[in-house]
Amino acid sequence: MPDALLNLFWILIFPGFLFTVCLGLIASWIVRKVSALVQWRVGPPVLQPFYDVMKLMGKEVLVPQDAQRTVFLAAPLIGMAGVLLLSTLLWRVTVAPTKPFVGDIIVAIYLTVLPSLALILGSSASASPHAAVGTSREMKLVMSYELPLVLALIVVVIKTGGQLSLAAIAGQTPALSISGMLAFLVALLCIQAKLGFVPFDIAEAETEVASGVLIEYSGALLAVWKLMQAMLLVALPLFLVVVFLGGFGTSGWPLVWGIGKYVLILVLLILIKNTNPRMRIDQAMKFFWVYCGLALVTAIALAIIGNSCGISWL
Amino acid sequence: MSWRIWSLKKSPWVFHVNTGACNNCDIEIVNLLTPKFDVERFGIKLVGSPRHADALLVTGGVTAQAAPRLREIYRQTPKPCVVFCIGACACDKGIFTTGYHMVGPVDKIIREIDPKAIIAYVPGCPPKPEAMISGVLKALSAL
Repeated sequence: MPDALLNLFWILIFPGFLFTVCLGLIASWIVRKVSALVQWRVGPPVLQPFYDVMKLMGKEVLVPQDAQRTVFLAAPLIGMAGVLLLSTLLWRVTVAPTKPFVGDIIVAIYLTVLPSLALILGSSASASPHAAVGTSREMKLVMSYELPLVLALIVVVIKTGGQLSLAAIAGQTPALSISGMLAFLVALLCIQAKLGFVPFDIAEAETEVASGVLIEYSGALLAVWKLMQAMLLVALPLFLVVVFLGGFGTSGWPLVWGIGKYVLILVLLILIKNTNPRMRIDQAMKFFWVYCGLALVTAIALAIIGNSCGISWL
Repeated sequence: MSWRIWSLKKSPWVFHVNTGACNNCDIEIVNLLTPKFDVERFGIKLVGSPRHADALLVTGGVTAQAAPRLREIYRQTPKPCVVFCIGACACDKGIFTTGYHMVGPVDKIIREIDPKAIIAYVPGCPPKPEAMISGVLKALSAL
């Protein structure tokens, strides 16, 4: 029984739900503040994302007349559950790597798809033409970035000598080689698309399709989506840190160094977000399949050559 | 004051509705987002869908074609919400008072479907961004 309670504590409070949500809301404040500073504005106060979520919780929830009610209401919770599992898994690998098996890199890949899948489900259930356009764009975007992301992770698996366990991968730093660096850069762009940041905010484009996939969501349901996006803002960069950059420590300098890596990835994401215009969906597909694909084929070839000849920097 | 109203004051998201304005008020609304005024300091954000909005910024004197759309958008906005009439036309039809195609003003159209709607007026042709910020603050403190 205490074991079950402990697991519940892991998932709901630390380092699962509560911790990740608070961290994610602060991270989304950092995104808004840095964007504001880049645009020479002052930006919102620190607690702004908390106010936003609190306000949305208190608003009326409207369900469109023609919507498929069950799917419309359940989709945000499915997405939230996916991110919750992903972040708990990653934190657990970080905080207690010696614990028995909790999941490997393949589980993590599946869990990162779940939020996008829930978004597609929810918006296609909402019976709005704008949401339909957003859904089709989101689907194409998922198809575009999943292939490069999986290829990038294959590079990591090759570089770490066929390891699949996250805890074992976190012990090494594949980004310290040419192929690993290439894979890291491509994975960073895939994360940008997963988070729905400019230049890949094609599905949510506020000026074209009026927030697309989220258009019909209001009140508490929208709050759940916002919380999910905030948690993704913690989970996905953390995933990159664990897989490519050698993970977090739990105390002392390794901890500070780990936070530094997370902030580095966050700042890179924000700078890409603020210096690029939105792409069209066909441009995004071409970008991911042709350019990122070619880069990764090169990276895989380099990694295999490096492995068989024993050159670790290749 | 309940936590709902308190948090609503901290982050009013606005949706911009043009019901036949000459675009002058709309330019002034976009001005609010520029570095000089930067309303994101107060948590005010322009959103793309009325479902996400807490306040409607209505410009223009409501043409016969725009009136049903305005009613529809008001119904689509989750309550509690505030309606802002931005500019002389939205407040009182302005120079179009005798226009054959004008069925406004905005408050009349909104009150037809919700007599208890919270409506605030920011007159001017166009109103200055400072006037809009002060109008938003006054309307929110009256909630």
